[in-house]
Amino acid sequence: MRLRSPWLLLLPSIVLMLALFGWPLVQGVLSAFTDDGGFTFAHWERLFGDPYFLRALRNTLLLIVIVVPVQVVLAVGMALLMQARPRFASGHFYLWCVPLAISELAAGLVWLSIFDNRGYLNSLLVSLGLSENGVQWLNYENTTTMLLTVVIAELWRATSLVFVIVVAGVQMIPREYDEAAQVFGATFWQRLRHVTLPLLGPSLQVALILRTILALQAFAVAQALTGRDFPLLVGETYEWYVVLQNPAVASAVALVVLVISLGTAVLYLRTVRQPEGVR
Amino acid sequence: MPATGLDRRAFLRAAGLGALALSASACTGFATTGNGGMIFLSTQFRPVDEAEAFRSLLARTVSGVSYVTIEDGPFAGQVRSQIDAGSTQIGLLGGLHGDLAPLADGYLEDVTDVLAALGDRGWPAEYLELAKAGTDRSWYIPWANASYVLAAHADALQHLPSGVDANALTYDDFLDWAIAARRANGNRPMLGLPAGPEGLLHRFTQGYLLPSFTGGQITTFRSREAATAWEYLRELWANCSPTSTTYDFMQEPLETGEVGMAWDHVVRLVDAPERDPRNWRMLPSPRGPHGLGYMAVVAGLAIPKDSTDPDLARRTIDELSKPHTQVGLLRSNSFFPAVAAEIPQDLPPAIKLEADAVKRQQEAADSILSLPPVGLGTREGEVSKVFQDTFRSIVLDRADIRTTLDGQASVLQGILDDLKVPCWAPDPAAERCEVM
Amino acid sequence: MSTETRPAETTERTLPPVDTAPLRRRRRQAAWVQAACVAVTLFMALPIVLIGLSAISSRAALAEFPKPFLPSEYSFDTLLAFFEATGTVPALGNSVLAGIYTVFWSLVVGAPAGYALARHAFRGKDAYQVFILLVRALPIVVLSVPLATMFLRLDVYDTVFAVTLVHTTLALPTTVLITASIFVSVPTDLEEAAQVFGCTRWQAARKVVVPLALPGLAASSIFTFVLSWNEILGATVVTLGHRTLPAQVLTALDEASTAYRFAGGFALILPALVFIAVMRRYLVNMWGTTLR
Repeated sequence: MRLRSPWLLLLPSIVLMLALFGWPLVQGVLSAFTDDGGFTFAHWERLFGDPYFLRALRNTLLLIVIVVPVQVVLAVGMALLMQARPRFASGHFYLWCVPLAISELAAGLVWLSIFDNRGYLNSLLVSLGLSENGVQWLNYENTTTMLLTVVIAELWRATSLVFVIVVAGVQMIPREYDEAAQVFGATFWQRLRHVTLPLLGPSLQVALILRTILALQAFAVAQALTGRDFPLLVGETYEWYVVLQNPAVASAVALVVLVISLGTAVLYLRTVRQPEGVR
Repeated sequence: MPATGLDRRAFLRAAGLGALALSASACTGFATTGNGGMIFLSTQFRPVDEAEAFRSLLARTVSGVSYVTIEDGPFAGQVRSQIDAGSTQIGLLGGLHGDLAPLADGYLEDVTDVLAALGDRGWPAEYLELAKAGTDRSWYIPWANASYVLAAHADALQHLPSGVDANALTYDDFLDWAIAARRANGNRPMLGLPAGPEGLLHRFTQGYLLPSFTGGQITTFRSREAATAWEYLRELWANCSPTSTTYDFMQEPLETGEVGMAWDHVVRLVDAPERDPRNWRMLPSPRGPHGLGYMAVVAGLAIPKDSTDPDLARRTIDELSKPHTQVGLLRSNSFFPAVAAEIPQDLPPAIKLEADAVKRQQEAADSILSLPPVGLGTREGEVSKVFQDTFRSIVLDRADIRTTLDGQASVLQGILDDLKVPCWAPDPAAERCEVM
Repeated sequence: MSTETRPAETTERTLPPVDTAPLRRRRRQAAWVQAACVAVTLFMALPIVLIGLSAISSRAALAEFPKPFLPSEYSFDTLLAFFEATGTVPALGNSVLAGIYTVFWSLVVGAPAGYALARHAFRGKDAYQVFILLVRALPIVVLSVPLATMFLRLDVYDTVFAVTLVHTTLALPTTVLITASIFVSVPTDLEEAAQVFGCTRWQAARKVVVPLALPGLAASSIFTFVLSWNEILGATVVTLGHRTLPAQVLTALDEASTAYRFAGGFALILPALVFIAVMRRYLVNMWGTTLR
């Protein structure tokens, strides 16, 4: 009974997944390796010969490596701030959740209005007399500022996601633990390191997995801000499938994304273990 | 226990809501097409304001047709999957030549007889040839056309080198002008080009720069003259706003004053002069050693296989190709008539400026008409990609021109080898198109 | 960090001089917390204020440089044009329907799976988690044609139901993983205690676990709704005449003129703001309560 029941609970989700995505997924994988029915690597050669692919791969990895850790730290910090019950906590909390509701495209537009040559940021710089004509943040030659703008926009757009998961997790931590540690004279950092973070394990794991996977899917922000000067893998998938109408190469890029996503997910599942026995 | 009662009520309520959701989700939702008539699926006029403008023109023209827009990417996929699944839900298709031509392999009705029944309405022969998509049947009816011109604000026009006729620019004049404008503007370029992800800069290289310099588009791709053209573009780019790589529609940076002169598609320039038309001019594109290369963009109307209402679709095509509807389209959406139609004098100022520039461009003695690729089907995007990638390598990444051209020429040749199609204008229509 | 009185203040034997240092430290800390909160809030809210201001600026005001913070001229034309455009109102209805259905179905399908992950150690657990992530790990664009074909064959193409199915599947990873991470924190003792007192397993889950896990369920519902609300591609490929709001107006946003971009972006943010305001209550409903 105990052995059969988890699968009974999992069954509906498995059925839904297989029914909707099972066959298209198999088709996708097959098409990346076949050509007129025969096995081939031609689509992969095509992909690696494309000037955008390696750049997109590099940018995607770079973005994830920078954005995800910063977001997690920021979100934990924000959750702790909330726990300290500042004044107007509910107002703050609301505004911190709001970017969650904003679509990628809208977020890209929001930040474009800020970083544009004649956007709000340059307006501010010029009115303060800090710069004569503003800084060209989105210039294709300034890889650093381009990366910076995309990072800031992504931080803004998606930190809320991590924050909400962490907040939900923080609330599950019994207050007594923290208070007990306090009674025994633990400093803030000690309590964070030995009480809060370990108990947040499951939430952090989920936040990391979801955030990384969703970050790998995000490209509309970068596209709105930089066009194709800062290509990302999913943007390339889109390009190959939609613009170049070549589903085979698109599937190949999609598989690369898939492998990176699942690779990091497995990594998180193994390393950020749920603390067994701790409840 | 009161708590249990409350819980049970809450539970029942939740279950009731669930059942409601279940039954309601079986229904289809609310129709978003307005009048729920035959669906006219189109890749054109997608932004809300443009779509509304066209819908009101359509409503005045024919009744029972709902205009639904879709991005050009999913367009082909939608049509194909509907027809493959044997349940077409679309009555009429609208799109650019490049959207429709790939569907000619079995997803469109043969409209040769429709075209014949409409009689001669003065479609240019080139457009009718395009509509055959490399076969001997017609697959769509030319609906409208557009072209690309230069737009310049008075601020930029004042830096035009003296003695140069703005209506008869050469590429060298154009470069001198861009340099003069940059110098006069505190070394900040005033010229902008649409090199963003949705921008049409590849049409500039493919249909304007290369034909003007080399007289061809494909056959001369790696010629010595082509190398000169790319070298020219590098120099021009150095005098071009570096944010150009984010510009999709030049009317915006023009309107805000970020740039003072730009080259783009007429529809993508039309808003720039709107607020203060007296300070704006629209100019024909420059000419090079071989003449004035220009490109025509053709939009067409097609009937999908198993259309939901072929008769209404035909009637709609008939109505939309009448001269006065075509002029109405020029007014509402700034797409130029594809049939012979008298252009009235009372057009909105921006459209009037454009109509003049387009006319000068077409009627120039040395004009060279370029067509978008013919008969390439789904591979057309890859040809555009060749021009885009060449631009990126040579101009943005400053790669060696000769090696880049040779490399991209072999990619281009690979596509042409797969398809074995004849060349299209301005290249000579040889048996098989080949890069020399 | 908590409001509990400090041990230094409660344990008194003799009466030493009052040590105000902890109090001062606490005040200083509170000030820092306050400042940090305001900083984060500014970062989060300012861009929304800016896009809101842009949405109600006139075209001329948008073209100014340097731009003043408050636009020099207001205009509601573009914003109104969005609401008056063909199909916006029915599309709004479809979006709300799809959002609610998706939240409901993803909880019905996903929450039990999350519970199973949290409560059972079984072989294939990691494999299942990776499997459920597959759907978000693959760029959905490559599935668009097969999906549309499938819905056409099943005769549910162009319905809110089809959109709901796609969105529910897309929302499964978030629902399953978030609910699992929450259920794992609900102590099994409570559940067992309830069973000892005569609840069935199902009752124990419903009456003890679900109320305790409410913030997590709320969080995952928010994700689900927002996902459904903002999803464009899936909704575009499975509908034609019964579109959701983003599919109806947002597709062409990046090619619309500046004024329309901001107006469209803002118009789409507004309902989401309301939704989050409503759901926020459930997210923080355990705040300050001592349920344990």
